[in-house]
Order: sequence, then C-alpha cells, then structure tokens
Amino acid sequence: MSQLQVNQSHVSTFQPTTTEGRALTVQKLLRMGFLAVTLLLLIPAGAILAVLVFEGAPGMSWDFLTTPPRQGGAAGGISTALVGTVWLTATALGLALPLGVAAAIYLSEYARDNWLTRTINVAIVNLAGVPSIVHALFGVGAFVYFLQFGKSILAAGSTLAVMTLPVVIVSTRESLQAVPQSFRDACWNMGATRWQTIWRIVLPNSGSGILTGLILVVCRAVGETAPIMFTGAVFLRQMYPNSLDDKCMALSLHLYNVSTQVQDVPDHIPFTVALTLVMVVMSMNSVAIYFRMKLRGKKKW
Amino acid sequence: MQDKPDSPTSAEKPIQGEQPAWAASLDRRDSAWQLDMIAKVLVQLGGISAILFIAAIFIFIGAQGFEFMWNRLSFSELLFGDRWEPAINPPSYGALPLIAGTAWITVVAMAIAVPLAFAAAVYIGEFARGKQREWLKIGIETLAAIPSVVWGVIGLTVMKPIIEDLFDVQFGLNVLNAGIILGLMAAPIIATIAEDALKAVPDGYREAAESLGATRWQVIWKVVLPHARPGMSAAVLLGVGRAFGETIAVLMASGHMLMAPESIFDSAATLTATIAAELGEAAVGGDHYQVLFVLGLLLFLITFGINLLADRIVRGRRIAK
Repeated sequence: MSQLQVNQSHVSTFQPTTTEGRALTVQKLLRMGFLAVTLLLLIPAGAILAVLVFEGAPGMSWDFLTTPPRQGGAAGGISTALVGTVWLTATALGLALPLGVAAAIYLSEYARDNWLTRTINVAIVNLAGVPSIVHALFGVGAFVYFLQFGKSILAAGSTLAVMTLPVVIVSTRESLQAVPQSFRDACWNMGATRWQTIWRIVLPNSGSGILTGLILVVCRAVGETAPIMFTGAVFLRQMYPNSLDDKCMALSLHLYNVSTQVQDVPDHIPFTVALTLVMVVMSMNSVAIYFRMKLRGKKKW
Repeated sequence: MQDKPDSPTSAEKPIQGEQPAWAASLDRRDSAWQLDMIAKVLVQLGGISAILFIAAIFIFIGAQGFEFMWNRLSFSELLFGDRWEPAINPPSYGALPLIAGTAWITVVAMAIAVPLAFAAAVYIGEFARGKQREWLKIGIETLAAIPSVVWGVIGLTVMKPIIEDLFDVQFGLNVLNAGIILGLMAAPIIATIAEDALKAVPDGYREAAESLGATRWQVIWKVVLPHARPGMSAAVLLGVGRAFGETIAVLMASGHMLMAPESIFDSAATLTATIAAELGEAAVGGDHYQVLFVLGLLLFLITFGINLLADRIVRGRRIAK
C-alpha cells in the first residue's frame, strides 16, 4: 500500500468517468446484495420466534408453569423441569463464576506473554470448542463415576460448569482489558499493591463485565441438553429437588423428550416448552445486550 | 512485575535477626503484601484450571475407552467397517456410516453457512453504520442464542414438512434438514469471527485506498478481504468445529439412520448423535459403553486439531505483523 501515488490534478466538480460510474454502480448493487443475504440469515431467526409464539403461546398459562408434568409430559405442566433447570444453572454458575473470574483476572492482570499463558489460552479455546457430547462423556467418567457424585444435580452442574468456564473467562477478560492502563498506573503510583489495584480500581471500573459473563453462562447452561442427559437430568420427576444429590428434570431435556420420546403428546406442548426455554434465554440475552450498550454509552474514557 | 512498593500507610514490622534498622524499615511485607501474594496464587490457579480441565477431559475419556481400544478393537474396522451394530451379537463396530453421515451433514451445513456468514460479516463490518449495524448485530446474536434443542424441534416440526413438500421426498428428516439447521446454527459464529477479522485490518489501509478514489467495494475486495483472509479461514474452521460437534439438533433433524447416506435426501447418523442416542442404553463398563468413549475420544482429537489449526492461522498472522 505504501507505493500509492497521489494524484495532483485538481478537479473542481466531481464528474465520474465511465469507469468510475461503473464501479459505483457495482458497489451499489453489491451493497444491496450483501444486505439481502444478511437479512436472509436473519429471517430464520424471526421466523422461528414467530412460529414458537404462534404455536406455543396458546398453551402458555400460569398453570402450565406451576404444575408438574404428567403422563411423561403429555399432560400437566413443566414446573419441576423449570425448577430443575434453575438448580442446574445455579450450580453451574456457583462453580464456573469464581473459577472463571479468577482465571480472567490472572490472564488480564498478571500473565506475561510466556508459554504458560499461551497454553492457558489454547486450553480455553479448546475447552470452548469441545463438542457438548464429549463434555457429557467427561461428566459421566469424572463426576458420576470417578468422584462418585452419582447421577445428581452436582454432577450435571459440574459438567455444565466445565463447559461454560471459557465463556466466563473470555467475557470477563475482555471487560477487564477495557479498563485503561493509566488507571492501574495511577493506582500503583500511590503505592497500592497489585491486588488492591484490581479490587478497588480494575474490577469496579470493568462495569458489568462479570455480570455479562454470568448472563452468558445462564443462557448457555439453560439451553444445553447433551451434557446433562447422562449426568443428572431425568426423564420425569414430579418432586422438586431438595439437595445437590437429587436428580432433577430440566427444561431442555424435557423439550427433547416431549418432542421425540413420548407418544401422543398434544401438538402444542413441544412449542409451549420451546417458547418457555427461548423466552428464558432471550430475556437473559437482552439484559446482557442492554448492559453492553449502556456501558458503551456511559464510558468516560 | 511484582516489585512495586506496597501501601505507604502500612505499619512496618521489624524482622528478628541482625538486620540493620534501615533494612527493616524498607521491608514492606505487611498484610497487604501477604494478601497480594495469596491473591496472585489463587488467580493463577484459576488460570491453570483451564489446562487441568482440558487434560482431564482427555484422560478420563481415554481411560474409559482405553482397555477396549487396546485389547479388542480393530481400528481398521472402526474407521472403515460399514456396519455399526454394537448391541447385537456378535457386535460390529464399523463407524464408517457415522463418519460419512458427519461429513455429509457438515459439508451441507458449511455450504449454507459460509456464504451467508461471510456476506453478513462484510455487510455488518464494512457497509452498515450506526443504528442499522447495532440492530443487525443483535439479530445475529439472537440467532446464536437459540438453544440447540429448540433448533431440533424446528427441524422436526417445521423443516420436515417443508422439505417433504418442496422436494417430494418421503421422509423429511435427512442430511439436508440437519445441514440447514446446522448451517443456521454455525452461521452466526462464523459471521462474528469473520467480522472480527475484518475489524482487525487497520483503517489506514482503507483510507489509503479510498484516497485514491476506490469505491467502498473496491476497498473491500482488493484491500480488506486479502488482509483478513487468515482470520476468515479461521472463522470457517471454527464453524466446522461447531457443526461437527453439535449433538441434539442433529440427532433430532437427521433421522438418525445408521447407514452411510448416498444423497442429501437420505437420513443419516453422526458420531455425536450416536453417542447421545446409545450412551443411555449401553451397560456401564461394557464393550458398547467403551466403544462410545472411543468415538468421544475421536471427536475430541478432531476438534482439538481444528481449534489448534485455527489458533495457529490467526496467531501466525499476528506474529508476521
């Protein structure tokens, strides 16, 4: 790019030559084409939401959300599945959040560019890329049998935590790195230790970064099916779980079951369950988007 | 890095021994210093945990499948045998139908996802501005946020009749259905990573080209895209990894038939879906159970390779700069 020649001649009014005119037409057409393809990608998103609302909304009621399922999900509601999902997600959060935030702090504030840091980064990328069914196998081998958690909320929650760990790390690290270096320099110059700087300056100024990580974990954990179906979630259970050693139902697995495994399910039930699931995920997601936009608008530096 | 002085307000504790008074007064190992050290160790452990987990995944899955892999499994049968019948007697562990199914569905998914995702990345990254750009990005995120089991339901209930009517085939749960579903699932990921790659091209390049009178499209085609190529290929690779590893949606939309497909209208089964479908019924510790872990190990190694390759492409580029 460096050998570009600057055209010295000055043209008082711009009149496109034939070549320029053609280039501009090409650009206009391509721009429209790209917009059209982008919208083509977004149409399914809109269509899916529309189908779910259209088919699922009639079955949605307070009763549906608060009564346990009967006849394998062909009747009754989804209360135990909802509560089970809350248990699983909370367990995953409780494990993944502290670990992930610690890792993000290390990578953003302490780590130098050495082999350890590079290995950690490669591990994070790979942890995020491992198929969910492989996480399920790991959960079965490590948590259910080796650590003898049995099929339980604890085992399923731990599996989800390992799976969502990279999500927490990446989003938290990003928000920590958005804090300007000068903030840290100023704090260090006052004689603060590295940890005091992180605790008093970096974390408070990283805004809702950790919160965004938390929300993304919830989105991911709520929607996953494969990792929990062999580690703690069960087909049908009409009681609420009492402890981490209990098994539980989960919304995602329940949706899988009512749409593939159970006979004679009324047509609307899978859609209503899917609508509930999507509503949970979308509402969490929009909170994350809201935080991000608010943060960007408010940033003082 | 850790040799910064501690808080000046901290009390100075003399250390027993023969040090002169001035040495003790310089010593800042107070409670703030100790807390700092503890915090450092703890967050470092957090960072290392990522390595531990990825190693543990490899070890645990390998350990479950190892005994069987070592003693009773023929790798040529696993990779090239065309009958996957682990539950009947005598069992047959030919994973070729599963590998073929995975390959077919991934190729269809990529054929759909890559053009859509690249076009979206170019439009959002280079053409769109302001509010329009924000909304398109939110749209892409929405697409990415739909859980895979919901995609599966869409495949079962919406795509199936559409495919049956449109192409006049008997059974709408097939390679095409799963490929479309997977393509739509992978597209937002590819688009996001590709857009990052476009964003990483320095604005100076664009400005230099524009100052020569290039139209925006000429800038994109001649300047931005050639520079973003490594990042874009990494995006495709990660998309492949995603499509390849998806489980539940594929299990629901592919028809899960244990035969190698011969056209996109045949039902198929993938490696991931087979594990999900059979793990529940395999006796713990038995041959069938162990062979599923061998499949898991295969999946792990392939995705590991894809991720390393993508990482290498992006990193190699960064170092070259």
